[in-house]
Amino acid sequence: MKKTLFDKVWDAHVVKEVQDGPQVLYIDKHLIHEVTSPQAFGELEQRGIPVFRPNQIVATADHNTPTVDQHLPVKDDLSRNQLSRLTANCEKNNITLYGLGHQYNGIVHVIAPELGITQPGMTMVCGDSHTSTHGAFGTIAFGIGTSQVAQVFASQCLLLQKPKSLRVSVNGTLKPGVLPKDVILYIIAKLGTNAGTGYFCEYAGNVFQEMSMEGRMTVCNMSIEMGARGGMIAPDEITFEYVKGRKFAPQGEEFEKKVAYWKTLPTDEGAVFDKEYHFDAADIEPMITYGTNPGMGIKISENIPVEHNASFEKSLAYMNFEKGQSLIDQKVNFVFIGSCTNSRIEDFRVAAHFIKGKKKADNVTAWFVPGSQQVAQQIVSEGLNEVFEEAGFKLRQPGCSACLAMNDDKIPEGEYCVSTSNRNFEGRQGQGARTILASPLVAAATAIEGKIIDITKQLN
Amino acid sequence: MDKFTKLTSSAIPLSIENVDTDQIIPARFLKATSREGFGENLFKDWRFQKDGSINSDFVFNNSTYKGRILVAGDNFGCGSSREHAAWAIHDYGFKVVVSSFFADIFKGNALNNGVLPVQVSPEYLQELFNEIEKDPNTKIEVDLETQKIIISSTGSSSDFEINSYKKTCLLNGYDDIDFLISNKEAIEVFENNRT
Repeated sequence: MKKTLFDKVWDAHVVKEVQDGPQVLYIDKHLIHEVTSPQAFGELEQRGIPVFRPNQIVATADHNTPTVDQHLPVKDDLSRNQLSRLTANCEKNNITLYGLGHQYNGIVHVIAPELGITQPGMTMVCGDSHTSTHGAFGTIAFGIGTSQVAQVFASQCLLLQKPKSLRVSVNGTLKPGVLPKDVILYIIAKLGTNAGTGYFCEYAGNVFQEMSMEGRMTVCNMSIEMGARGGMIAPDEITFEYVKGRKFAPQGEEFEKKVAYWKTLPTDEGAVFDKEYHFDAADIEPMITYGTNPGMGIKISENIPVEHNASFEKSLAYMNFEKGQSLIDQKVNFVFIGSCTNSRIEDFRVAAHFIKGKKKADNVTAWFVPGSQQVAQQIVSEGLNEVFEEAGFKLRQPGCSACLAMNDDKIPEGEYCVSTSNRNFEGRQGQGARTILASPLVAAATAIEGKIIDITKQLN
Repeated sequence: MDKFTKLTSSAIPLSIENVDTDQIIPARFLKATSREGFGENLFKDWRFQKDGSINSDFVFNNSTYKGRILVAGDNFGCGSSREHAAWAIHDYGFKVVVSSFFADIFKGNALNNGVLPVQVSPEYLQELFNEIEKDPNTKIEVDLETQKIIISSTGSSSDFEINSYKKTCLLNGYDDIDFLISNKEAIEVFENNRT
């Protein structure tokens, strides 16, 4: 039978099937962070169950961490307590932790790929819905709840019903200024926030084949925003080249053996998906969102649609936008470049390329937050930091930062923020804050202009 | 985990679509290290104004509506994987959430915490909203064994789906950990057979 990429990886990890029920799926790598793990450790302790495979778990501190003065004790008592609980739990259970200040610290979905922990053909989980990011490597990676974190601690397995398969193909040539973030925002705007629920999504077509690993991670990261538990892209030479030589990647002959296996993973020609969508790359433009879910996106040059339903109106009221309005020239005082969606080196290169020789708008407070210590270092070594500083921007320290209003980086009530993160939910970036999702290019342009501009006009 | 067999209760109607987990429990309340006490902050920014005063427009603050069933708009629980959302709903006192569509992770989290997600057709969901609006004391009966939801006053009923394994778990209060650990031998065999 013809198999999909997803089928091949899934089937290679089934330990057993429960009759008329779920399957026991083996998990290769388990990533944990401070927010969704303490209750799982607590549960195991309470029941006297040991952690089964501590060497397959990697921990980082990212959600609840400050992005300035990381060398000082964390000010907020609850945050500090949660972080020290993570440290204690990792020590007690022999789990590797890249805590605050460690050279490998950073956002969980940035550090695992850059350390070579993420590899094609694996199954990976984390108590975080953006675990779908790792699917960029041809990995089955998805977010889980804390009860499931405890299950993986206890058995390195999960009980799961195999999801249905979905394929989104984008073919053709992308216009100038259209970044991977625009591609995924476009797909979600077209399909809606629940088109993928119950499915695992494969992204196919020349647009993804030609994308860098950073771009593929941005795309797979937002799979959950259309409801899909995970997204995947077939591993290829670009993938192998990225993984090769990284700290935890297989080395030498072992690497070659793995590559030979990874090459067997792409979807067989003629394999059937439960659902398929096709899009033309030429139709995609730089995107922005105007509402309070990631499906409420438009091309930057378009007007907000006119719809008549209570949820739509509630959303526009929260954003203080009108139906039919254009967002061009909308004044914006906050800009955030960061999060597990767009905080990799390529994102800062795009921003720096646009910013070079320009000045930050006076009204703008901009937070540029690298995804990891390694990204931060690379920004410095490539000289991007100087570009930012000359324009009036200052780099912060790695972490989830203003993506989720959990640490100190919060957008004030009523303010608009053009953000490269993944969710524009009410209050996501701070109580009453109004999030406009966009690519790092659109975010950089907003930071320079102090308002939303039609970036396509500058590029053509 | 709590058992669930059958429940008859009035319901609170939340006719908003795409209710995400950031609304159910905002991230700033995720700093706790235990599972308890999240109910207090359920829908915090909808129940309360920023100054802490009660938002009387929000249905939870309308004393006409009470009950252990939450009837919510399409695509309930989308967004983050935070199980804190399910803990908050459970801690607030809900045993059932009814919607025409649930996000995957939320659904799993609810089931792992003894909260039953009941998925019905958009038409039946509208019928529920209509009946509750007509009479806020409308009793709704949810029977897991027969997989039926019934509006007591009209007798109008709908079947709902649940995976048979999860049904057994919920009826008996079992969770997945015991089951997985009982399979440790098979898991070790699997590990040893891998190349």
